[in-house]
Amino acid sequence: MERILNILKNIRPEEDFTSSQDFISDGLLDSFDLISLVTDLDSYFSISIDGMDIKQENFKNLDAIKNLLIKNGVQI
Amino acid sequence: MNLKFRNKRISGILTIVPSKEIAFEDELDNYNFTRAQSLKLKLVMGYDRHRIFDEDVCASDLVVKGINHLVDQNKLKKEDIDALIVVTQSPDYLMPPTSTIVHGKLDLKQDIFCLDINQGCTGYIVGLYQAFMMLEQENITKVVLANADILSHKVSKKDRNSFPLVGDAASITIVERDTNNSEIFGNIKFDGKGWDALMIPAGGFKTPSSPETSVLVDDGAGNYRSKDNLVMRGDSVFNFVQAMVPPLIQDLMEFASVDKASVDYYMFHQPNKFMLKKVADKLGIPHEKMPHNIVENFGNASGVTIPTAITFNLGEKMLTQEYLMCLSGFGVGLTWGSMLIKIGNLNFCNIIEY
Repeated sequence: MERILNILKNIRPEEDFTSSQDFISDGLLDSFDLISLVTDLDSYFSISIDGMDIKQENFKNLDAIKNLLIKNGVQI
Repeated sequence: MNLKFRNKRISGILTIVPSKEIAFEDELDNYNFTRAQSLKLKLVMGYDRHRIFDEDVCASDLVVKGINHLVDQNKLKKEDIDALIVVTQSPDYLMPPTSTIVHGKLDLKQDIFCLDINQGCTGYIVGLYQAFMMLEQENITKVVLANADILSHKVSKKDRNSFPLVGDAASITIVERDTNNSEIFGNIKFDGKGWDALMIPAGGFKTPSSPETSVLVDDGAGNYRSKDNLVMRGDSVFNFVQAMVPPLIQDLMEFASVDKASVDYYMFHQPNKFMLKKVADKLGIPHEKMPHNIVENFGNASGVTIPTAITFNLGEKMLTQEYLMCLSGFGVGLTWGSMLIKIGNLNFCNIIEY
């Protein structure tokens, strides 16, 4: 989880991602940030998140991102 | 719908791009990106520089420039043109057809078939299919396919979703009969239920342009555009491409009984680098076989990105080599199509500036 948080903080250093359950609705991330997040997750974990999985619900909080990474074979 | 053609070939490709190049950094004040976002998007999406025309340049100007260039270079004789197809979403006028304007400016023969096609990102594929069908006629032996779009004139400069990516360009592709008994495999699909995913709301007969339609409005995400501007539902288009294009290509390979690995190049429409890389990954295609450098060098010029990908990345190699290529376009309509075709030993394959 710490690795995911670091990646998120790298995109939006000013935001607190531990206290939100919906990063998009709460305004912590916008659609361009999601693209950056996917690229950073792909690169850091050496995966390629399926294009069909790039939807807001899969990035709305830490648990959602964690589940997506597990789906891609990442051990969290 | 699967399509199959025999005895047709592409004999030359020319791309016409604006000489005016604008760097992404020089337009940052138009958008509400942070500095960090800008740098990131430059890498990920391919925002770098784009080429756009001044307001007084029309689609017909580009097509005339391209054909005249080929005539001057002895690559084409006007009297040999039996059909002229102009694929554009930025016609000179609502009427008459731009192809007839080009016909008049070039003083082409009257014994010719002129046709406009209103298509966007699948415009190269649709145009080629139309050219192949025309060549079934015994009186048509050479078709000039012109793709031309100047959509920067219809994209709001304050629309960070679209303006950094948009480019203007045109291409001239010569399509003619082939005696080598070659086979071309293809497919095409449409879904008009997605007609509003990419559109220009005003300016047609449904909603004529007016002072009201020209008012810039915030879309809630920091993009300012009017009803006279192009609007794209980015999420919908992204999902459409990711859902529809990979199976389209799988189906094409099965139809042609060709293994993906035996294709030399996948020359796809290039909406942005990120979207294209995701399609390549899904299909298991090495990125070097699917060039994604047109947006960062020229911008997305709709139906012209495929021929530009060929002229920019392969250029002179195409004069002496032949490659098995998978072409694919996808976008407005919604429309998506692909083609498996050998292209090579061309009479010309280059880029000129306007």
